[in-house]
Amino acid sequence: MTKNLRATNSKFIDQTSRISFKFDGKKLYGFKGDTLASALLANDIHLVGRSFKYHRPRGIMACGSEEPNAIVQVGNDASMTEPNTRATEIELYEGLEASSQNCWPSVNFDVGAVNNFFSPLIPAAFYYKTFMWPANFWKLYEYFIRKSAGLGKSPTEPDKDIYDHRYLHCDVLVVGGGISGIIAAKIAAKNNLNTVLIDDKNILGGTTLYQENECFKINNSYSNEWLKKEIETLKSLENLTIKTRTSLAAYHSYNYLLARENLTDHLDINEKKDKIRQRLWKIRAKKVIIATGAMERPLVFNNNDRPGIMLSSSIKKYIDYYGVKCGQRISLFTNNDTAYETAISLNNSGVIVNSVVDIRDKTNSLIVKQAEKLGIKIHWKSSVVNTNGYKKINSIEVMKLSDDGTTVIEKKIKEECDCLGISGGWTPRVHLFTQSGGKLKFRDEDNVFLPDKSGLDQISIGSCNGDFELDQVIKNSVSSTNKFLKVNNNDYENLEIITSKEIDKKNIWLLPSDKPLGKTKPFLDFQNDSTANDIKLALREGFKSIEHVKRYTTTGMATDQGKLSNMHSLGIIAETAGVKMGELGTTTFRPPYTPLTFGAIVGRNVGEFFDITRRTPIHDWHVENKAEFENVGQWKRAWYYPIDNENMHEAVQRESKAARDSAGILDASTLGKIDIQGSDASEFLNRVYTNAWSKLEIGKCRYGLMLNEDGMVYDDGVTTRLSENHYLMTTTTGGAANVLSKLEDYLQTEWPELDVYLTSVTDHYGTISVCGPNSKKILSKVIPDLDLSDKEFPHMSFKNALIDNIKCRVMRISFTGEHSYEINIQSSYAKSVWEKCYQAGKEFNITPYGTETMHLLRAEKGFIIAGQDTDGTMTPVDLQMDWIISKKKYDFIGKRSLYRSDTIREDRKQLVGLLTDDPKEVLEEGAQIVAETNNQPIKMLGHVTSSYFSPNLNKSIALAIVKNGKKMKGQKLFVPMENKTINVTITDTVFLDKENKRLNA
Amino acid sequence: MFLINCPYCGERDQSEFSAGGEAHIVRPKQPTELSDDQWAEFLFMRKNIKGVQFERWNHAHGCRKWFNMVRDTSNDKIHAVYKMGEKPPTK
Repeated sequence: MTKNLRATNSKFIDQTSRISFKFDGKKLYGFKGDTLASALLANDIHLVGRSFKYHRPRGIMACGSEEPNAIVQVGNDASMTEPNTRATEIELYEGLEASSQNCWPSVNFDVGAVNNFFSPLIPAAFYYKTFMWPANFWKLYEYFIRKSAGLGKSPTEPDKDIYDHRYLHCDVLVVGGGISGIIAAKIAAKNNLNTVLIDDKNILGGTTLYQENECFKINNSYSNEWLKKEIETLKSLENLTIKTRTSLAAYHSYNYLLARENLTDHLDINEKKDKIRQRLWKIRAKKVIIATGAMERPLVFNNNDRPGIMLSSSIKKYIDYYGVKCGQRISLFTNNDTAYETAISLNNSGVIVNSVVDIRDKTNSLIVKQAEKLGIKIHWKSSVVNTNGYKKINSIEVMKLSDDGTTVIEKKIKEECDCLGISGGWTPRVHLFTQSGGKLKFRDEDNVFLPDKSGLDQISIGSCNGDFELDQVIKNSVSSTNKFLKVNNNDYENLEIITSKEIDKKNIWLLPSDKPLGKTKPFLDFQNDSTANDIKLALREGFKSIEHVKRYTTTGMATDQGKLSNMHSLGIIAETAGVKMGELGTTTFRPPYTPLTFGAIVGRNVGEFFDITRRTPIHDWHVENKAEFENVGQWKRAWYYPIDNENMHEAVQRESKAARDSAGILDASTLGKIDIQGSDASEFLNRVYTNAWSKLEIGKCRYGLMLNEDGMVYDDGVTTRLSENHYLMTTTTGGAANVLSKLEDYLQTEWPELDVYLTSVTDHYGTISVCGPNSKKILSKVIPDLDLSDKEFPHMSFKNALIDNIKCRVMRISFTGEHSYEINIQSSYAKSVWEKCYQAGKEFNITPYGTETMHLLRAEKGFIIAGQDTDGTMTPVDLQMDWIISKKKYDFIGKRSLYRSDTIREDRKQLVGLLTDDPKEVLEEGAQIVAETNNQPIKMLGHVTSSYFSPNLNKSIALAIVKNGKKMKGQKLFVPMENKTINVTITDTVFLDKENKRLNA
Repeated sequence: MFLINCPYCGERDQSEFSAGGEAHIVRPKQPTELSDDQWAEFLFMRKNIKGVQFERWNHAHGCRKWFNMVRDTSNDKIHAVYKMGEKPPTK
């Protein structure tokens, strides 16, 4: 069945090294240097996929990143398989396995193709229109839509490959290694500029590399021979780094670019192992030269999507570069001179060229004359009105065009062929330019958008800047680069260039057929199946903006991101709506230019390196003692310490009881600690906290509440006066960095006159909190020299002490309501001091407790947690903490906001206590609170913020914020849950030891 | 991604900085003497203009210094950076 479609003239394919690979389970052969696409074509395989909506057979269409159809799944390993890769970009390697996508059970017999017969019933936005009602059916629809949506299959296991990130700085970055890029890179590097040249292909040269035609000569050599010499000299330049297989993904402001380098994708399966697969380069370039070339446009006519219909320039590359004949009887269809180059190449390789169908009147450019000389038949002023063949094209139907180009006339000619090359002109690749913020201009003469204004230090040269002819490309690339780099290179002066010049141009966005438009299928977006008819329907339905039409019809939203379809959809919209294309603008080109793997994006930041993890100096002890951990910001905090298969509830109940009955020990090292020094430190604290600080004696501690300027509670913590001008502030674990940054902000910008210095010392000290009725006894064993009497060392005071000659700070402060001490000691000693306390406490059954028990104990006392019981809308008054607001201070952050009309409202949400009628019933945090359950919609009064079962009170307790809650003490409310309604009563926020007797017990 | 010229450290990547909103909004010296409307003007109202804007930036993952920046929000061009307390450039 398979024919030999290899020509023997390719200089780029090593026909001595045969490679075996599998496609859809079938073993096939190709050669080193092939892409998967070229190898498939050499095996006479065009049909490689099915379209997204109608499941029409689709074949390879292009030879690069713009390929819309040959989208394949590579590999079948659950961790390494990769969907949606372009067969035209996959370099063939030994052991490659690939398969078609979006077809079942196979690409040759696809059940979904039944959609094609129903296609008149599936117009643009079919899904939007159909599945809107009835609304509650969506759950059912969604299941089926999701099943039929998507192209490839995602891997189900973690990616085993290694990915990497690196930075790169250079004077000049040249993107694109075609003829212009090579010239620019040479000029830059020869002028001592540190230059980097990148190209997404495996070798430099672009399309000129295989341009061997009498019509294109430089200094009497073929253009490809001249370029090869240029590439040779390039390789000897010292200042130049060349990166092939590297694709520019994104171009951001300030010449910051991302490029993905493929390192192992082309290697044989057994050579890939343990090597970095892809590297993402983060490039900062002083100057950027974009030389990304242009891509060929298709033509839009009836049934232009059959396998075997390809871009004419791709057919040329397959024959000239890969030595692969895309067919044996090839027809060409064009509106410009490009197809004639293809015709000549095919003819020279012995492929029969049926004819060239050209929509233009007879033209006499050099290349056309050469084609005529070779006897190639040309249908002038004609159009292909239909194609035939289901899984592969077998014939085309050609008719003459009317003078105005809107209809076809005269007799229909049928021409048999097995491949049709189409060329609708060229589209400059301006994607990177627009990504970087550049604005485009429209050139009417050949309908192209070109780079116009840019705010960055960059230029576009060559065909991406609209230069399509060889002499023009060289001359303008040299002069633009010289001017841009402010150098004067004269290597390219006096070149003798022969080039064929296109004399006549003509363009028809939607080519006419002998059938009415509604009966034809002129495809725009080959992957998403949107046709010119869909665009016209969208316009009839009132869509005007190009961005809306795109989303409504999904034109340009396939994996190729509209690389092939955009210009035609714009053209048809402009024509139908009667506006100029330049005024219509384009859709937005967003990065990445071609899809990036997730692996390349995250690089080495996977698994445990995904985010920073902070561990306390006592962490290892918690691990050894089987603690469960919870994440608090980046910190790993001990959550609870289960014994003998205890669950969390059981462990927390035991820990909470032990802390109140005898002694508990908590690792509080994660609390934020800020060292504050300077002669204005007291004044500074006065301004940032709501309460007064000037009179705090040395050696005393005080609780402080910090507000935002809008009066809302921001953070809280205890601050200790260590000496006259020296304080140690503690903050919440999660708020530490933000508090420091906020304090710095005020110091640097509002109060630069204050003599105050802030230093974060969170990581410098470990903090061990020992609490409970026996804490004093335990501490006296650990630090025998310290006088712990209430007179010498009362609640809210601090002492310097020595433990084994190591200096430490001991605070008598409490977050549990128990008699309690906090030891702050240099981090490196924290674990040994913790163990010392633990040993000393053993006789008192000292119990290590985690964050869950800490939260329970403080809730029993009604102490708030900023961020849990507050949410950025709570003032201290809302929290019933009026006592902490100084009446005497003239000003502090947020003071003025405390008597704005909104903050003095009495019916604000306020913090209250809640008790359930059934003391065993524990409320869910976040549950809503209502006053009555009958009238719907029910008015929400507030929600539960903290809720626990207290083992010390033997009942359920909760804190909540409730509208006007302060005045509702004793009132009965309801907490409606999914299956029941819970009765609750509003209480005081303090549930245990209202008189604070335990603090001094 | 901007390249920001910190007045203390020199050119650094944007990822080291955090933005702090409009610059030159002075905190009133005597807030208690302001009406609700006047206080709200300071507290809430920001220009958020398209074009040349004066902004506060903090070299958060560097020297931790706050400074001012003149940036065109329409094209992200940074026209000047200057230290806190210095006069903004007039042109």
